[in-house]
Amino acid sequence: MKKIKCECGHVNPEGTVLCEACGKPIEENQHIDGNDKRKLLNMRYDGSARRSQTYNKSIIDKTWNFFSSVKVGVWLIVITLIASAIGTIFPQEMYIPADAESRDPSIFYAERYGLLGQIYYQLGLHNLYGSWWYMTLIALIGISLVICSIDRVVPLYKALKRQKPKRHETFINRQRLYSETKSVTKEEKEKMVNRLKQLRYRVSEQDGHILAEKGRFSRWGPYVNHIGLIIILLAAILRFSSVLYIDEYVWVREGEQIVIPGTGGEYLIENKDFILETYDENDERFQESIMQQGGMIPSNFQTNAIVYKQQEADVTGAESELEKIAEQEIRMNEPLKFDGYTLYQAGYQLDEFKSMTFGIYDTEDEDEEGLGSFTVDLTSPESTYELDNGFTVNVDKYYPDYYMDDGVPRSETNYPRNPAFVFSVYPPETETPEISFVGIGRNIPATEENDYTLGLEDFQVRDVSGLTVRRDYTLPLFGIGAAIFMIGVTQGMYWYHRRIWIHPKDEGVLVAAHTNKNWFGVRKDIEKIIEDTNVNMVEDQQELDKK
Amino acid sequence: MDLLTISSIALYTAFVLYLVATGFFGATIKDKQSDKRKGNISGKIGITLTIIGFIAQLVYFITRWIVSGHAPVSNLFEFMTFLGMCMVLAFIIIYFIYKLSALGLFALPIALIIIAYASMFPTEISPLVPSLQSHWLYIHVTTVSLGQGILAISFVAGLIYLIRQIDQSVKSKKTTWLETVLYTIFLFIGFIVITSTFNLMDYNATFEYTEQNATTTTEYHLPAIAGPNDGTLLTEDTMQPLFETPEWMQGADAGRKFNTVIWSVITGSILYGLVRLILRKRVGAAIQPMLKNIKPDVLDEINYRSVTIGFPVFTLGGLIFAAIWAQIAWDRFWGWDPKEVWALVTWFFYAAYLHLRLSRGWHGEKSAWLAVAGFGIIMFNLIVVNLVLAGLHSYA
Ligand code: HEM
Repeated sequence: MKKIKCECGHVNPEGTVLCEACGKPIEENQHIDGNDKRKLLNMRYDGSARRSQTYNKSIIDKTWNFFSSVKVGVWLIVITLIASAIGTIFPQEMYIPADAESRDPSIFYAERYGLLGQIYYQLGLHNLYGSWWYMTLIALIGISLVICSIDRVVPLYKALKRQKPKRHETFINRQRLYSETKSVTKEEKEKMVNRLKQLRYRVSEQDGHILAEKGRFSRWGPYVNHIGLIIILLAAILRFSSVLYIDEYVWVREGEQIVIPGTGGEYLIENKDFILETYDENDERFQESIMQQGGMIPSNFQTNAIVYKQQEADVTGAESELEKIAEQEIRMNEPLKFDGYTLYQAGYQLDEFKSMTFGIYDTEDEDEEGLGSFTVDLTSPESTYELDNGFTVNVDKYYPDYYMDDGVPRSETNYPRNPAFVFSVYPPETETPEISFVGIGRNIPATEENDYTLGLEDFQVRDVSGLTVRRDYTLPLFGIGAAIFMIGVTQGMYWYHRRIWIHPKDEGVLVAAHTNKNWFGVRKDIEKIIEDTNVNMVEDQQELDKK
Repeated sequence: MDLLTISSIALYTAFVLYLVATGFFGATIKDKQSDKRKGNISGKIGITLTIIGFIAQLVYFITRWIVSGHAPVSNLFEFMTFLGMCMVLAFIIIYFIYKLSALGLFALPIALIIIAYASMFPTEISPLVPSLQSHWLYIHVTTVSLGQGILAISFVAGLIYLIRQIDQSVKSKKTTWLETVLYTIFLFIGFIVITSTFNLMDYNATFEYTEQNATTTTEYHLPAIAGPNDGTLLTEDTMQPLFETPEWMQGADAGRKFNTVIWSVITGSILYGLVRLILRKRVGAAIQPMLKNIKPDVLDEINYRSVTIGFPVFTLGGLIFAAIWAQIAWDRFWGWDPKEVWALVTWFFYAAYLHLRLSRGWHGEKSAWLAVAGFGIIMFNLIVVNLVLAGLHSYA
């Protein structure tokens, strides 16, 4: 590696722009930071030698340089920003509204949004955030972030560590804040140094040259926050593993006890009761608003649940025992947690049918005197029901959630929300059945000549709770990443790295200052330290209106 | 007098005080260099009134909280009002750092417009649906608003910078863009003017129309220029719509919202036109001479400083607290809901801004444009996303 020796004696690595020790511009490298075209020095990385600015031969160099460019980084951010925004034009697939006529994306987008919707769907924009190219963009930002940071943090660290209080004059007079004073007394200089110390600057001296510095740690803020971002990205990748991340959904009926999916059969949940409460329409505070919104504003969704753990059976074949491990009222914003799993109140279905009792009547009988009845348990309907009076009823068709689709009966879901049946009724000692269709509020005999009619005598309903089951061991990692990010931004944004140089020249001094942000603040500091001395106030050499 | 009345009066008081304070900040600007002392005095009166106004608004906030039993940040009116309050707070803080009176002359009117805009939406106290019943609602919303309030100051500084710096002697792309920004502000004023006018007249027209295969009614409080798609007017003696809202405009009350937009554009344009007629030059050109005494470097610094202060606050509230709450309430900390996505877009945008500031050439005017655009994104998220792309966070 070609080293560059400065006239102050310091040996700099190849690619250095400003001597690490004295800051003298190194002639042949001034184009790197664009100093050759300007009066002011680019101080962003203290003129340190960055790999990306030094080598550009091999493919590795070129890749490195590509990703370490802030310009590329900003482009990646902007492209991702635009892509993200496009994803909100129409709802994403998972947000297709429940009341849509068809929730099938291939139909929904075209039907509701016309041609644009069709195009949106065909470009795959209805699933944008999970698409390979969106994830690639995020990954590229991640790569860029890592390379960019490494490229700068090491040289910057070295340059700041090796800097000497004694600087070359050209370094001083090409700072943004600068002043020259022809004659300054020793007392005045001491006064300045003391005030710098009062302002909590770390002051160091070399042959009468003074460097006052504070807040250097703020320079590491960006690198710290980038580390935070990287941790968040890693956590997101880990989420693809099912060991660390489980996401299931379970419907539990009142009174039912079922295995919780995703737990390998180890845990069971019992739904003791589901409760839905609404705001009191007579509550003075909310009256008006409730009226405006058409009444019935829910105030609480709640499942009273018990979680059991399956005990290992001691003897094979023996009934395994259930141990109650948690009992809680699960509400929105109050999930139930046990052994690393979390159950969230996520949905509900009121008044789902549990069982239905049908009676058989003689069609001619005006009084509808029952000839017999049978009860269908909707959780497990049987195929045949034998009645005491000799009747036999076969269940030919069962539609748990009945609706008419162009004249064809179908079931919308598998849940008994609107059950309907096609029964074959065999009166005693007959071979030919009578066909009957029975649903809620419907009773249609297949032919006009049916001798017997079926009717709904009784039914039982119960509520169903929808719960999401989560186990997410990546959460702490996200938390740590977010915390580090916040520490990093705070460090970089709320603290400032300020340096003030006092450079003796003949009878007087040159004063120069640099800060990474908040120039207003460092000017105020300088005003304080030169108060009642002869030293001239620094001038801002970068005036925007002069351009 | 019940607490709710006190609350409303307090908000009204705050509004008037901000208005008067704006006048005093305006007085500082007209002064010649020689009148510096007088300028200082009116600046001091201005900031004092602003602080009293802020306290009045705090009274509004706290009393309303007591009445409703939850922090008043749960519907569009409450939320936007709070944003206005955060903007004023951010302005007060920045004012004490930089002592720039001109900032008040622009920041306060914008806060005023936001508060007035908010008041056009239903102001009744509404109960909280279960997903909102969490302390995280307050923590999240207040932090986001504070972040946005601080970022809004960067917009104000950017706007002043542009009016001060852009060459108004000839018409150019820049002057046109700047006028567009100012014109947009007029549209908001137009909305406020026309809505309050018809509110005072108690105008009401009910329409019946079908949405998602169900017949619903919608109430227009402005005469219908655009009626609902396939709607029929039920109220007698009111204006028949001139045309129907096109079918591709979807969502609840699309017709009514579209009609409001039309009215705001018409009213705003008339106001803007009148002002142009009186001034006989571009609005930007008319304000420019008043800003001669302000140093552009200070404006650029305030622009950047507000972003550096506001960005971490916004990240904390808009992304981190939001994620924590979403994890507790909806079992996932991130769900790509439109509101969330736009918070992310805002965040990306300001991240890009910060990175662009690392290079030379992006300070000054370009930063000012970016600050204006950033605030545009924030407003888009608050208004368009809420009213049009509404997802889980739908307030209105
Ligand atoms: C969304 C992703 C990103 C976020 C949120 C982010 C955030 C930040 C923040 C807040 C700063 C501090 C800025 C300041 O103090 O003014 C910063 C600095 C920086 N970022 Fe990023 N960054 C992101 C992506 C990137 C990428 C992709 C690159 C690579 C090209 C990059 C390169 C840098 C550099 C070089 C600095 C300046 C370091 C210094 O001042 O010493 N960042 N970043």
